[in-house]
Amino acid sequence: MDQGLFLLFAAVAVITALAVVVARNPVHSALALMACFLQVSAIFVLLAAPLLAVIQIFVYVGAIMVLFLFVIMMVDVREATLQRFLPGDNLPAMMLLALLAVEMIALILWSNGFSGTEPALATGRDQIRRLATTLFADYLLPFEAASVILLVALVGAIVLARKEPG
Amino acid sequence: MMVPLAWYLLLGVALFVIGAAGVLLRRNILVVLMSLELMLNSVNINFIAFGRQSNDFRGQIFALFVIAITAAEVAVALGILVALVRNKPTLKVDDVTIMKG
Repeated sequence: MDQGLFLLFAAVAVITALAVVVARNPVHSALALMACFLQVSAIFVLLAAPLLAVIQIFVYVGAIMVLFLFVIMMVDVREATLQRFLPGDNLPAMMLLALLAVEMIALILWSNGFSGTEPALATGRDQIRRLATTLFADYLLPFEAASVILLVALVGAIVLARKEPG
Repeated sequence: MMVPLAWYLLLGVALFVIGAAGVLLRRNILVVLMSLELMLNSVNINFIAFGRQSNDFRGQIFALFVIAITAAEVAVALGILVALVRNKPTLKVDDVTIMKG
């Protein structure tokens, strides 16, 4: 049951990820990326991480994709849609990608540590409580640093995108 | 039937390589940024899968931080992109050579 669902979500995620790279129109890329993020959040649910799945939908599908679509509306993408995506015209990059894929897949398949199935995890309502306790007790300083980084990024984005006076 | 850990890792590898292909092969800045998002997301899958495997919350916590930093990165990158397009109306990565890069 879980394996079938995983295969379904993974197949759709890979197909939509390919569509992100291959699509000529950036709007199509953005919509395919949104579909891919939805599949990944479903995989997070399969991994017994429902909080991360909800955060994934809120942040990626809700915030980041709206940001991308707004920027696509602001800039003129008509000229960019005319250029073709030609795999094969950049041979070193293709070789590097093939090497990367073969290396990582060989590492996963030959290693003994990754072959086992996951242990039965204590799921339930208590899990998110323990996650939050760990986050706010042991990782309070990184949490605060992340919030400061978000604030700085907010101010920086406004300053960067503002029209220069004069 | 539980899903083996290697399946999650293989999915992460597939998404990472597809994202790297987008970064290396596409010449459109917007698509390059979206491919970067894809790569970060595949790393998140690995974090959560390993965290589940070793029955530890820290995988999820690190994935949470990755998501937060990604949001900040996208906001700054799109701000830079808007400022760039205002000065030089192009979306091709190769045309942006003001810094002689």
